[in-house]
Amino acid sequence: MEPTRTIEKTPAEKEAARIGSGPVVVEVRGVDKIFRIPDNRVDSIKERAVHPFRRNSYRELKALNDISFDVHQGEFFGIVGLNGSGKSTLLKILGSIYRADGGRIRTAGRIAPFIELGVGFNPEMTAHENIVLNAVMMGLSRQDAQSRVRAAIDFAGLDDFAELKLKNYSSGMLVRLAFSVMVQAEADIMLIDEVLAVGDASFQQKCEDVFHDMRSAGKTIVLVTHDMNAVEKFCHRAMMIHNGKMSIIGSPGEVSDWYLRANFREEDERPGFHAGASEEGDDAHVVEGWLEDMDGTRIANVEQGQQFRMNLVVEAIREIEKPLFSFIASDQVGLHVFSFNKRLSESPELPDSMAPGERVQVSVPVENLLQPGHYYVSARGFRNENINEMNMQMLRVIDFVVFGTETGPGVVSLTGEVEVSRPGAGD
Amino acid sequence: MEAHTPHVKPMSEAAPTKPAPQLEEVVGPSAIGGGWKRFIDLLILIAVNDFKKTYFGTALGYIWSLARPLMLFAVLLFVFTKIFRVGSDVAYYPVLLLFNIVMISFFQEATQTSVVSVVGQESVVRKTHFPRLVIPLATVITCLFNFGTNMVAVVIFIIAYGVPVTKTWLLFPVVVIALFIFTLGISMLLSSLYVRYRDIGIIWGVVVTALFYGTPVLYPLSIVPPEYINWILANPLTPIFEQARHWVIDPGAPGAVAAAGGWLHLVPAFVIYIVVCVLGVWVFNREAPRIAEEL
Repeated sequence: MEPTRTIEKTPAEKEAARIGSGPVVVEVRGVDKIFRIPDNRVDSIKERAVHPFRRNSYRELKALNDISFDVHQGEFFGIVGLNGSGKSTLLKILGSIYRADGGRIRTAGRIAPFIELGVGFNPEMTAHENIVLNAVMMGLSRQDAQSRVRAAIDFAGLDDFAELKLKNYSSGMLVRLAFSVMVQAEADIMLIDEVLAVGDASFQQKCEDVFHDMRSAGKTIVLVTHDMNAVEKFCHRAMMIHNGKMSIIGSPGEVSDWYLRANFREEDERPGFHAGASEEGDDAHVVEGWLEDMDGTRIANVEQGQQFRMNLVVEAIREIEKPLFSFIASDQVGLHVFSFNKRLSESPELPDSMAPGERVQVSVPVENLLQPGHYYVSARGFRNENINEMNMQMLRVIDFVVFGTETGPGVVSLTGEVEVSRPGAGD
Repeated sequence: MEAHTPHVKPMSEAAPTKPAPQLEEVVGPSAIGGGWKRFIDLLILIAVNDFKKTYFGTALGYIWSLARPLMLFAVLLFVFTKIFRVGSDVAYYPVLLLFNIVMISFFQEATQTSVVSVVGQESVVRKTHFPRLVIPLATVITCLFNFGTNMVAVVIFIIAYGVPVTKTWLLFPVVVIALFIFTLGISMLLSSLYVRYRDIGIIWGVVVTALFYGTPVLYPLSIVPPEYINWILANPLTPIFEQARHWVIDPGAPGAVAAAGGWLHLVPAFVIYIVVCVLGVWVFNREAPRIAEEL
């Protein structure tokens, strides 16, 4: 399914194009990073002395592999990736916290990394002293830092507490203070790592406002995030890293589509099937269940709008006369979304009853109108084609995620032309 | 709550376009990285804050920082004048003892605090671009402040005891610089190694005690039996303490060279001094870029 997008360039796209033709302020070329993970960490001299000739065996983990990109002046650049993909490592290398093992990075202007809010805050010192120290850590001179203390305190709304020691601050006040120091630090290039993930809703709103302001003020910002909403909302361009390699670099829309796809593809290894325990006294149980795409490839999750086929293999435990099987899909809150029934007698090539140990595979194509979300499929069986004679019930045998960005109210998305006319004026 | 409109203000067209920015190589973390100005700003801020914490954090801040060496002094003075009587033949023994204790306390305190300093600043090292050398250096400088304030009390004591004020007092900073550099060299070495080898902390605790007795703090060099004198002389702290005694307390006492019996006898101490300092700088520089990953 192609999300509806206007063909004509939006103002945002025009702006991105304008920035993209500006000067480069971060130039990354072929950067590699290898972490050596000791298999048996020798942490003490005694161990060294006891096994002087034992070579430390290392497992090498290539955290970053040949990363190259440019960030232009005034660009809001997103870096996305799954957990452990190397995106935070890249940010730390840009911020001179880690050293790259290969490649080269050139930057123009003062860089300040924000890996976490309030790094280096000293609880024994007052807010005033901490602001100065923190601002200097972010690269301001002492004089500059001093002159911005007032503004930082005002921004955080902590006028009455400037000379209070941080140990007496509430966690909310700390977050506000840390964020406002970050804003005041005014580096030319800001490297921000998921800072948004903290604070209450009103604080998050404030963060968003600040991001908007920094964006409008033409700051260069590199944002590492999981949040595709933030990417689409703020970024001019984004890049996705997967297992330490670049997988795509492009517009926020492209990258977030790609991210969502990769995110749920990744989980293909995870079986969507949960055998569970059949109820005591059940005559049958589901031994296997899966989804597949229309080409017959098994999938764990489904892209919004993608048709798929649902398969279940049912095995009889005891003899079942005229079995009837029913599958019910429900959403996260338990609301039934759709169901399918199948009488065995409808298939002329199969006998009307199942012997113990006999298996049948039930398969149904699903026209996928589901909204993005998590869904569960439960299976039920009845004897004598009678829904009052239930002899099997297995809840949530399959679970799957429908992923996509076109979310809206409701459980399904139906298409329809909406017409407007004056009542009675038609004929 | 009012929703923020996702509208982006266009940049002012009138804004002068800055000249194309100059790209500079990013070299990654290091001992000093980030420029000298920033290094010094950070160093001053951290050292001053630590100092303030010591002196204004508690009601009797200054008293407490003096109390430790003073109490140690009282105990040792009793033991070595009333029980062992080592000090009876030494001119100005009580002031010498106090003076020596304050000096060795600086060395002990600075090195022992430094060992864990880099690991203690873990979050800063792992999350900001922070010149690594600031950490042990700030620790040693804070201890130097302490040493300075303690010295004020010692000077008052010295004068009150009747030790003559001489011109050679002006040379005392030379001794302090020598002691400071040695202390810093050791601190750099230990703090960077501690990141990888955690038992450095315990070992150093023992070494520091050995050095307390292996330096002429409690006794004058003259009473050390000849078969052990070379061991004591190989300790780089020995000439520092001897020279300080000669210049500040008792001009009648031999200086470092005279006490050792000639320049030649000071060569091992000098070599060890240089080796420790060079090794400290070299190891710290080598480890600095990787500290964030090793932690």
